[in-house]
Amino acid sequence: MLAGCGGTPENEPAAAGADKKITVYSGRSESLVKPLLERFTQETGIAVEARYGNTAAMAGQLLEEGDRSPADAFFAQDAGALGAVAKKGMFATIPDDVAAKVPEIYRAGSKEWVGVTARSRVLVYNPDLVAEADLPKSVFDLTKPEWKGKVGVAPTNASFQAFVTAIRVQHGEEKAKEFLAGLQANDPQIREGNGPILEEVNEGKVAVGLINHYYLGELAAERGTTPDQLKAKLHFFPDGDTGALVNVAGVGVLKKAAENPHVREFVTYLLSEDAQKYFAEETNEYPVVAGVDPPAYVPPLDQLTAPDVDLNDLDELEATIALIKESGLVP
Amino acid sequence: MIRKRTRRPLLLTLSVVTVAVALVPVAYLTIRTAEAGWARIAQEVFTVRTARLAVRTLGLAAVVTAACAVLGVSSAFLVVRTDLPGRRLFAVLAALPLAVPTYIAAFAWRSSIDGFEGFWAAALVLTLCSYPYVFLPTAAALINADPAQEEVSRSLGRSAWRTFTGVTLRQVRPAYAAGSLLVALYVLSDFGAVSIVRTDTFTRAVFVAFDLGFDRTGALVLSTVLVVLTMLVLAGETATRRRGARYAHLGGTRRAAARLRLGRARWPAAAALTAVAGLALGVTAVSLGLRMVQGVSRPGAWAEVAAAMGNSLWLSFAGAALTMALALPLGLLTAKAPGPLATLLDRLAYVSHALPGVVIGLSLVSFGVTLAYPLYQTTWLLALGYAALFLPLALAAVTGAAAQAPPVLEDVARSLGRGPLGVLRTVTLPLVLPGIGAGAALVFLTCMKELPATLLLRPTGVDTLATELWTHTTVAAYAAAAPYAALLVLLSSVPAWLLTARTGILTAETSR
Repeated sequence: MLAGCGGTPENEPAAAGADKKITVYSGRSESLVKPLLERFTQETGIAVEARYGNTAAMAGQLLEEGDRSPADAFFAQDAGALGAVAKKGMFATIPDDVAAKVPEIYRAGSKEWVGVTARSRVLVYNPDLVAEADLPKSVFDLTKPEWKGKVGVAPTNASFQAFVTAIRVQHGEEKAKEFLAGLQANDPQIREGNGPILEEVNEGKVAVGLINHYYLGELAAERGTTPDQLKAKLHFFPDGDTGALVNVAGVGVLKKAAENPHVREFVTYLLSEDAQKYFAEETNEYPVVAGVDPPAYVPPLDQLTAPDVDLNDLDELEATIALIKESGLVP
Repeated sequence: MIRKRTRRPLLLTLSVVTVAVALVPVAYLTIRTAEAGWARIAQEVFTVRTARLAVRTLGLAAVVTAACAVLGVSSAFLVVRTDLPGRRLFAVLAALPLAVPTYIAAFAWRSSIDGFEGFWAAALVLTLCSYPYVFLPTAAALINADPAQEEVSRSLGRSAWRTFTGVTLRQVRPAYAAGSLLVALYVLSDFGAVSIVRTDTFTRAVFVAFDLGFDRTGALVLSTVLVVLTMLVLAGETATRRRGARYAHLGGTRRAAARLRLGRARWPAAAALTAVAGLALGVTAVSLGLRMVQGVSRPGAWAEVAAAMGNSLWLSFAGAALTMALALPLGLLTAKAPGPLATLLDRLAYVSHALPGVVIGLSLVSFGVTLAYPLYQTTWLLALGYAALFLPLALAAVTGAAAQAPPVLEDVARSLGRGPLGVLRTVTLPLVLPGIGAGAALVFLTCMKELPATLLLRPTGVDTLATELWTHTTVAAYAAAAPYAALLVLLSSVPAWLLTARTGILTAETSR
């Protein structure tokens, strides 16, 4: 076994070498990730010490830990969190042959992280309250008077801020500011997260809401049914509208594990057909690797007309946050 | 009797260690805030938004504290001093909300009532979850208070009501004041309830700053403002504290006060307490039950549930043990050698109590990584985090018990030739033991409910009931989460019940 020989010994914890063990910080939920990690261990004999937490708090933890972090890899819910850690120079570059599996638009230009799964922003709606024909063509229509009091949003959510950043990138500061002000003035139904918005739309308490597509699959699983049996339906904004932004959840490798073959094997595994299938089936996300089918209830990724936004531009969060705070949508 | 001011070097040294632990988060915040630079601090702090947050946060703390004081004192009085039917049952019911984490209660209310959000919604949930902090010490104090003063007041012609406000309330003031302080600080630190019913307080702003763009600096600068607010609350409480003499029973048997006959108000009073219990416990129980029935997700195998339970118990035990060990010397110092220095140390130990768990967590991550790496991601660093968070709960209990123990006993022991350690072991400790027990029970159940610091500091791979609950609710698997929530509440109700029993209500004689 060549494990550990490549790395500098003082940076390599003894555990990573001989007994085939890696430490993964996961900002993604244990109930979703654990079964996959167990499969990985079964197939490769590499044990995974997994630490689960909230993606944002975990990014904070990694930044505090710096060089002394026990983590080998960070599997995050959100590209923004990966960007924050990458910015501090804590990630190693992912080898080309591994990174090449992921289309360029779903990974960092610097290859400091790669996307593992993709998720689309959608408008969830209740057909009893909104007829399909009346659905907005653009997310910007939601600031119009006919949507007053009808739109559920979760402005503290990371995926909402990625979406706002995308508006800035695509249409400029002014347009983003205008949109947020219009949304705030239109009496939005603000909720703590995407889950509560979906539930209320499904129950007919709120007409429409801005969420990520996979929440529908989660709710269906909890209710013991399939997504198409739920009242709530998904609307993908057409024609490259910013409202249909496709973002990723991804993984980065800490510098000290740059040469660790087990960590490399782990990242490779996340991008394998097996794992990608698992994500499509169990977490209802889009696989990023070609040749794996998406969940049945959504149109395939290549049929979506996602806006032309480079995910690498989404790590410029400060201005976005300033805008969101200014709008009064968050404390 | 005039006691010679004894210097207590051992207690003092240990107390300084305690305060150092409590101040780890403050030190961390100071360093990080200073790093942020003046421009950034000014940009974050001197804004209309911050002012608004401060006003709303303090307003919420004031409303909840006042409501808890009224609810806690009146239910304690009804249970201890009147002929209310079902007193023992009501005593247990009034303590049980301690076992319900605010995030569970708020979630239950939010999903039961449409549009349940805003300031008053948060105030309601926080009051219902926190009034036991006032109820328990007040009930204990009412039981232990010397009835002689009230009897004198009544015999001099004061009405029952004026006796209550003029004598009884004064007697139990230290008890409800200490409880109210804990409530106020708890409200400052709460995230669970305010986030779910969407009331923008400082703590919520701190969490949002972390989530919004992973803005650590902004979050930490806001936390520093929270520390300042805490100091204001502490200073206010210290300033209004009355330096009254302490009355200790010496000799003779304890006499129970006569119970007030409620007459026709008996059943309405019982109905009122039933309603409070229904709101505090019933709504949550029904909502959890519904979630369990509606969903099809299931928790992991029984082995997983049992492991989470074992971990919760062990981590909370470690947290409670360490917290008590740290609180004991400082509590004794405050009670036995009162003075400006002891007061200062005591107040300093409260400063971190109102900080959000995520800040305490990050500060100990930083402390562990730079200064105590062998402890990092072990039970003991987490226990230290619990201690930094929950010291005040333990201190209030120890100080209260130590203050009631007659100092003369220790003087006698010293005069008979016992060394200081001998006195501590044979006299002082046995006297404050009930206080230690109560403090430990309270810290234990609070550790069980804690989530943000636990997530950051737990040993890798260790799941607790609270973390499992969180894991499942983040993916909408409410039915899978419900058993963890139920177990959490059930296990926490054991210490809550012990706390009730300790007040003496359950065994108090029923003289009329």
